[in-house]
Amino acid sequence: MSVIDQKHIRNFCIIAHIDHGKSTLADRIIEDTGLLTSREMQSQVLDNMDLERERGITIKAQTVRTVYKAKDGEEYVFNLIDTPGHVDFNYEVSRSLAACDGAILVVDAAQGVEAQTLANVYLALDHDLDVFPVINKVDLPSADPDRVAEEIEDVIGIEATDAPRISAKTGLNIDQVLEEIVHKIPAPEGDPEAPLQALIFDSVYDSYKGVIVFCRIKEGTVKKGTKIQMMATGAKEEVVEVGYFGAGRFIPCDELSAGMVGYITASIKNVKDARVGDTVTDADRPCDEPLPGYKKVNPMVYCGMYPADGAKYPDLRDALEKLQLNDASLQFEPETSIALGFGFRCGFLGLLHLEIIQERLEREYNLDLVTTAPSVIYKVHKTNGEVIELTNPSNLPEPSEIDYMEEPMVKAEIMVTSEFIGAIMDLCQERRGEYQGMEYIEATRAVLHYHLPLNEIIYDFFDALKSRSRGYASFDYEMLGYKQSSLVKLDILVNKEEVDALSFIVFEGSAYDRGRKMCEKLKEEIPRQLFEIPIQAAIGGKIIARETVKALRKDVLAKCYGGDISRKRKLLEKQKEGKKRMRQVGNVEIPQKAFMSVLKLDDK
Amino acid sequence: MKQELEIYIHIPFCVQKCAYCDFLSGPAGREEQEAYVRALRREISTASKMAEEYEVSTVFLGGGTPSILPPEAVDGILRTVRESFSLSPNAEITMELNPGTDGKEKMEAYRKAGINRLSIGLQSANDQELHTLGRIHTWQDFRNTYEAARKAGFANINIDLMSAIPGQTLKSYEKTLERVCSLCPEHISAYSLILEEGTLFWDWYEKTDHPKDHPPLPDEETERQMYERTKEILHGYGYERYEISNYAKKGKECRHNIGYWRRIPYLGFGVGAASLFEEQRWSNLRDRKKYVEIWSENEPKEALLLTREEVQKLSGREAQEETMFLGLRMMEGVSEAEFAARFHHTVEEIYGDEIRELEQEHLIQRKQGRIALTDHGIDVSNYVMACFLKEEEEEI
Repeated sequence: MSVIDQKHIRNFCIIAHIDHGKSTLADRIIEDTGLLTSREMQSQVLDNMDLERERGITIKAQTVRTVYKAKDGEEYVFNLIDTPGHVDFNYEVSRSLAACDGAILVVDAAQGVEAQTLANVYLALDHDLDVFPVINKVDLPSADPDRVAEEIEDVIGIEATDAPRISAKTGLNIDQVLEEIVHKIPAPEGDPEAPLQALIFDSVYDSYKGVIVFCRIKEGTVKKGTKIQMMATGAKEEVVEVGYFGAGRFIPCDELSAGMVGYITASIKNVKDARVGDTVTDADRPCDEPLPGYKKVNPMVYCGMYPADGAKYPDLRDALEKLQLNDASLQFEPETSIALGFGFRCGFLGLLHLEIIQERLEREYNLDLVTTAPSVIYKVHKTNGEVIELTNPSNLPEPSEIDYMEEPMVKAEIMVTSEFIGAIMDLCQERRGEYQGMEYIEATRAVLHYHLPLNEIIYDFFDALKSRSRGYASFDYEMLGYKQSSLVKLDILVNKEEVDALSFIVFEGSAYDRGRKMCEKLKEEIPRQLFEIPIQAAIGGKIIARETVKALRKDVLAKCYGGDISRKRKLLEKQKEGKKRMRQVGNVEIPQKAFMSVLKLDDK
Repeated sequence: MKQELEIYIHIPFCVQKCAYCDFLSGPAGREEQEAYVRALRREISTASKMAEEYEVSTVFLGGGTPSILPPEAVDGILRTVRESFSLSPNAEITMELNPGTDGKEKMEAYRKAGINRLSIGLQSANDQELHTLGRIHTWQDFRNTYEAARKAGFANINIDLMSAIPGQTLKSYEKTLERVCSLCPEHISAYSLILEEGTLFWDWYEKTDHPKDHPPLPDEETERQMYERTKEILHGYGYERYEISNYAKKGKECRHNIGYWRRIPYLGFGVGAASLFEEQRWSNLRDRKKYVEIWSENEPKEALLLTREEVQKLSGREAQEETMFLGLRMMEGVSEAEFAARFHHTVEEIYGDEIRELEQEHLIQRKQGRIALTDHGIDVSNYVMACFLKEEEEEI
């Protein structure tokens, strides 16, 4: 196909609640449109980070172009933009949606509509996308597609009676989906002759090509040699290459014109010059105004990240900068801790985002990290009228200077089967939730509405939710705003010395309990040393809990047999190595993982 | 004068595996044993070519249970040693022995073969504890063995004891010490049980969620008391502690063992045996079948190469580290003069900071030109020894 006319382009994404089979359907579409043969298919082509494949989730939006020969005999170009399903990555979703004209809504034939099904549909409708549903996993014994179709119509209000009943896993009825894409997703609009106007929806950095900008061409045409300008940053460069997305690789082409999705390279060295959400235009023939772009998302969860080996500080900075290139929601700035040395205070969209970044730093950049307990942003109103946004508990002003504090609240929707409603309400109660109401979707399923403090859900709320509903509850939240609250800073003293990296802000009413659990946990984590070590929790100098790590009484090697000195040396070396993985605070050595222990204060 | 050399010979056979044992050993049939001894004798005579400048001061037959071998086999092995090496006339020649694998005739035969020191694995004088350990003998069996050994003329005997055995009480342990001391062995090794991976005890206490199905391990307090009582009781009977876990009557210290701590060169023969020779350390391969195969199918020189694994040339830094962490196992500690003579640097130059820090923590003491562990330092000796390992770039 040398010339592609707009009528034969379909730009769409697939949206779904996590685990409803979005990535599997994407794989099937790619396979069935003949871009890849079955042999080339690795399962889940679009999840190309190791981490994504391991966890079975999509983190980064991925894009691929395939060609489909429809029943009307015409060939259509499909640009499929895969989107993450997790609530933490809504930002990525909205970026991808802006590049699409329609969306396929995947709903699990057994589980039906879930919290994120709703959230994602609303997001798509906000972007004026046409949405059509497909009911997946009809091969499951527990599948009930008719009930789910009804549910989609009742809860979401979109026509679902004729929705394709498919199994992305077995390939059943995928042909129906392909035809629906042709008929239900509108063709893009836009004038190829108009001044260039293209929306950047993602970017990656390549050491040879520089920044590769992913964009949706709204108006005009771009080709090699076009002098482009980024409208927000003003950066100008000449285009080196344009192309589209094969599965896992970039395929150069002559030009990208209105309605198309593709990439541009232009020797852009600095990712800051090609910000996601910015509009690309022709420097010599600029368009009148930039596209709306997207709302910038702000991190909601902060934590300190420190290299285990202090000498790796520059490496950590480089790694964070690289990750930030295609994850604009990641923020960081340098900070120092008495206990941990030099590191960064990093901001994330949520706890999963934090974990993902941490794992990527450790795996892809081979860094050993010490991470402090996550914190939300508190607003501290000082007596002098000043308001501080607090992201690091250590920076909390003296109590005498504080008038009052506010903490962020979220509006949570929890979808749960009726047998677990009581258990989940208890959980929300324990986490200081304010009940807002409940509605039944059907006889056995309900949506609970709660307002919850964000700091109560960033630790282990999701795990608790799953364990108390045997995995059946699903959960989605959005920011609600700030609310005044009685909060205190809980300090941890190890051998009478305050360890700054272990301090955290906590609701006054839970302080005693958390302090006690924290001491117990640290007692388990800190190995016995040559002297007795008191571990104390304190609020403003008042000790509220204490545990003691007893002095080490014995550390002797057993028989050293037959002169096997090498084995003995190995044991001593291991001991020495273990020591290196500890942080010296005063004269106590604290293992690195102890700094994360606040995360694992089980609620049971 | 010829340089001193020690020989260790590993016999990887036993009647049955004990519950705490992670050494290279297991039951085997007669033919397998014979094939192994043949390979062993070939290895000994082949290796001797590299040690012509040395005189052998100690030989140690360890296992396993070397006494499982017929006396002729032991005799054959020692004959090979004598024929291949120059063996000092007053060499210490030790064999390990377990009660229940021997008789009076066997004892006399060992004497004749040249064994002049026995190390008997008793572990406990309490039959219930012996049963728990998976030992095949009783206290009475041991008494018979010990008596037979004395009658056969053995005048230098070690008894191995163990504390912190599952089900053991302070009282039962004290009784074991008293019973053993009253027999007046020349040497007593007293170790505290350590759970090693791959042993039955590991499965009992570390791998399972139900350690309560088995006799309880003594708690830390009891274990410490056992340790204190070992020192007191043995001292009361005239035994001097010369190494972390070893006690002896004056002049009856185990020369072979001391050699390890003083870094006297030694050659180890048989599967898994370790060697230190001309500042190289290596270990023999651990697979018994393969070992026998190698020595039956290859030219001796070739076989020797195939037998040795993990050959490692020690750097100056590593030799210094070893001098410290091995030397500290002995109560007399490390001689500063010997260190300086050997390394052309004083201990002060190499380990000044470490020594001062450990002195401040009262873990080592420095007196009369020697550096040694304090009582508290012995308790946490691993910590102290690890302090003498340097980072590679720290080397002077």
